Amino acid sequence: MTAQALLAVAVLPFLTMLAMVLHRRENTPSLVHAACFAVSCILGVIGAMAVLKGGADHVQLPVGLPWLKAHFRIDGFSGFFLVIINLGAAAASLFGITYVRHLKHPARVAVAYPMFLAGMNMALMSDDAFSFLVSWEFMSASSWLMVLADHEEEENRKAAFTYLIMALFGTFCLLGAFGILAQAGGGYDFTSMRAAKLDGLQSSLVVLLGLLGAGSKAGLVPLHAWLPLAHPAAPSHVSALMSGVMTKVALYALARLLFDFGPTPAWWWGAIIMVLGGVTAVVGILYALMQTDLKRLLAYSTVENVGVVLIGLGVALAFKGEGKTSYAALALAASLYHMLNHSVMKSLLFLGAGAVLASTGERNIEKLGGLIHRMPVTAAAFLVGAAAISALPPLNGFVSEWLILQSLFLGPKIPNWAMKFGSPVVAALLALSAALAAATFVRAFGMVFLGRARSVAAETAHEVSLSMRAVLVFLAGLCALLGIVPVTVTSQLSEVAQNLIKAQLSETIVQGWPWLAPISETRGSYSGTVLVASVVILILGTVAVIKGFGTRNIRRGPAWDCGHKEASPSFQYSASSFAQPLRRVYGATLFSAKEEVDMPMPNETRPALLTLRLIDPVWQGIYQPLANGVVNLANRLNRLQTMTVRRHLLMMFLTLLLMLIVAALRRVVP
Amino acid sequence: MTVFSILWQVLQTMICLLAAPLVTGFVRSIKARLVGRQGPSPLQPYRDLIRLLHKDLVLAENASWLFRIAPYVIFGFTWMAAALVPSFTTNLVLIPAADLITLVAFLGVARFMISLAGLDIGTSFGGLGASREMLIASLAEPAMLMSVFTLALLTGTTAPARIIDYVLAGGVGLQVSMGLTLVSLLLVAIAENGRIPIDNPATHLELTMVHEAMVLEYTGRHLALIEAAAMVRLMLYISLISCIFIPWGISQSGKGFEGILIGLVSYGAKVGTLAAFLAVFETVIAKMRVFRYADFLGGALLLSLLATLVLYVSEAV
Repeated sequence: MTAQALLAVAVLPFLTMLAMVLHRRENTPSLVHAACFAVSCILGVIGAMAVLKGGADHVQLPVGLPWLKAHFRIDGFSGFFLVIINLGAAAASLFGITYVRHLKHPARVAVAYPMFLAGMNMALMSDDAFSFLVSWEFMSASSWLMVLADHEEEENRKAAFTYLIMALFGTFCLLGAFGILAQAGGGYDFTSMRAAKLDGLQSSLVVLLGLLGAGSKAGLVPLHAWLPLAHPAAPSHVSALMSGVMTKVALYALARLLFDFGPTPAWWWGAIIMVLGGVTAVVGILYALMQTDLKRLLAYSTVENVGVVLIGLGVALAFKGEGKTSYAALALAASLYHMLNHSVMKSLLFLGAGAVLASTGERNIEKLGGLIHRMPVTAAAFLVGAAAISALPPLNGFVSEWLILQSLFLGPKIPNWAMKFGSPVVAALLALSAALAAATFVRAFGMVFLGRARSVAAETAHEVSLSMRAVLVFLAGLCALLGIVPVTVTSQLSEVAQNLIKAQLSETIVQGWPWLAPISETRGSYSGTVLVASVVILILGTVAVIKGFGTRNIRRGPAWDCGHKEASPSFQYSASSFAQPLRRVYGATLFSAKEEVDMPMPNETRPALLTLRLIDPVWQGIYQPLANGVVNLANRLNRLQTMTVRRHLLMMFLTLLLMLIVAALRRVVP
Repeated sequence: MTVFSILWQVLQTMICLLAAPLVTGFVRSIKARLVGRQGPSPLQPYRDLIRLLHKDLVLAENASWLFRIAPYVIFGFTWMAAALVPSFTTNLVLIPAADLITLVAFLGVARFMISLAGLDIGTSFGGLGASREMLIASLAEPAMLMSVFTLALLTGTTAPARIIDYVLAGGVGLQVSMGLTLVSLLLVAIAENGRIPIDNPATHLELTMVHEAMVLEYTGRHLALIEAAAMVRLMLYISLISCIFIPWGISQSGKGFEGILIGLVSYGAKVGTLAAFLAVFETVIAKMRVFRYADFLGGALLLSLLATLVLYVSEAV
């Protein structure tokens, strides 16, 4: 199975070459995306088969480092991620076929796109640190190229630069983590790393480095700073992949490090990751609430959802460390489910944003409005995605957040104070982030699709091509399906989680279709299927009664608005005014939000002015000082380059001396 | 699953719809009496709803399909949520389909739709209402969930029917945390129902209004559905608080018809008492400024967090 998957991946570099050779032909980019769609479908099916079959399939290729060779392996866990990745990739590729025609430089995207897919798929299949890091770097570098696709814009260049630095930092950290594991396990292949015996300090270092390395890719606060710059800068279908899918590869790496390699880290790492996740969720969604760029808003919402997944992973780790393995498997299954759900809904939302962008050329939600009349299909699909990501039943986002909450509610069963006090606080943070997500997406959907058009572009928009609409409708349907019949998926997921945790879930998630009762029958259960059927019956009954009861007359007239005629669309609530109450309540401390109103006196003719200032605490507090420090250091080190030959020789001599001393010391002190 | 559990479920679903206008009318008439007016009959809400149902629809020129389906979704989801709260018996067929978290989320769907409907026409009143509604929700939902957390810690479940079983079996006793959770839930209920001091259900055209601002453009049967949904929501919160904190009288599964009868009578008494309390509370308190909401609901959140901590300190769990 692994061999077939590798064969399918091997097609992708040829597509890149094809795109390079035929870059002048106009329909090459569409062709490349169509081929990528086919490859993704094949890889997704292979992943699904691996999940259903269980077990692992190992392949060794005679390439790579001579003493290591290249190892590849697909087990249930990587199979599940192959499904996530290729589901998103297939949707994005199909969408891309016609979407690339709206881009300024489609050929640039077509060259890097297949390599991006290859990198992500190979990272999931790798079974040694070397091939993993090489694939990981392919993934980073090719997505970096696509962020730069529109490099004429100053903003995109800045985003790509920040991304490059953070990607290097992340890989460096992962390299360290693998180094420690390889030293303890005796080899760079993952099989020896699994059996590695680490002491407490080494284990902690691996978790810390893994958290920094994978966390910087996934968007863990405060390492998220690059993400809302880089994700929106790429073309929309690539943004969908970066946000919906690439973050999952990072979470896959983190989950492997935490649950699969070496001994289980101490429980308090679970508590730390849980709290970090809670903070990431709330901070991410608060940022999203303040954005006026639709794609940047979606990128910040990715930060939130990565936080939600991390809460689940943290709880699972804490349970595993305490030996409560069946609870650990539940929490892990919950976060896996949230990863799947998030990749579906985020792909849907980013592709929806892409449709809006293709049709209006506008990303600023302050300049959109009323698109529901002109793009009804896109609007309906986007609405489903917005409701799903706001964790509203009966859609998929609700089910996974419900499962994560249920496992958080078990947190106090761990007999130590950090988890006892931590889990209620994190549960409150999770609830807060869900409520704020609803506010964010009411605002986003309301400003883009509802109300009156705020610009000419929004007024003259038209629906996008059939294949683009089909992708949106398919993903929206998947959001509903994963929410209404979750049990079918969660029972598979619990098996994946069980294999990773190496534990048996007690009677857990499956209590017979369609009841989802994660812990026990009496602990709290949910059935999307039954609820949806009942709600539909209630609504249909209501419609029937009302139809029989009153008149069916409908008159159209001007809006009532308390008799307060609003001539211009600019009278409407804008995105900034919508966020104002929330900004005042939550932003005053976090963003030091300040509003100043300059109101002219009655006899003055100048316009009134409202100034709003927001300070990004992460940039101002962490990155700016760091960047200044690096520049300062570089300036000082500059002197080394302009020394005389004599001094250079002196430096070399001193270095040699230092190394001799180190060598001598190592001899003396073993 | 028995025939009876289906029968009681249907009965409960109908009661929470048909009695809801009476509860709202009852609160209104007591409030009128308390301020020295005679007030309309408690049956007035029924007449209002019927009148609205008979009226023609007037839609704003740029109303979209979302504006037209929203009332049905809001009403359907609120009604469904109300049908899931055990009121006179726990022997209901839909009980395992939803727990307290799901109930909160169902009300969240209604709120999501009503806020979007408020934004659909593109008037400043609608946006104002939607924006404030989302602020209130973001403060109230964590407080509500923390209360659920405390209850789950104490009783080991998030399902309302199981909580009732636990409390009736004497598993809780007199707990400080139960008291704190009750206060927190009461504050949340007041906010979520748009009652004084958060919102005034009787005003129009006031800068402090929230709920009324969002539904300003609705007429006829759409307005009737939205008004009915608001009444059902009030009924839901009253039922929820009474079933968790004063569950005595609720018929548990296995009890016969007398049990159901006792359940119905005690339910009526509980709802009447709580409604009267609400009327008195609303009469003696003044409306609050918008930016004081954070203090009010932040207080609710802190109370419920405190309830959890008290549980640990008193070593109840």
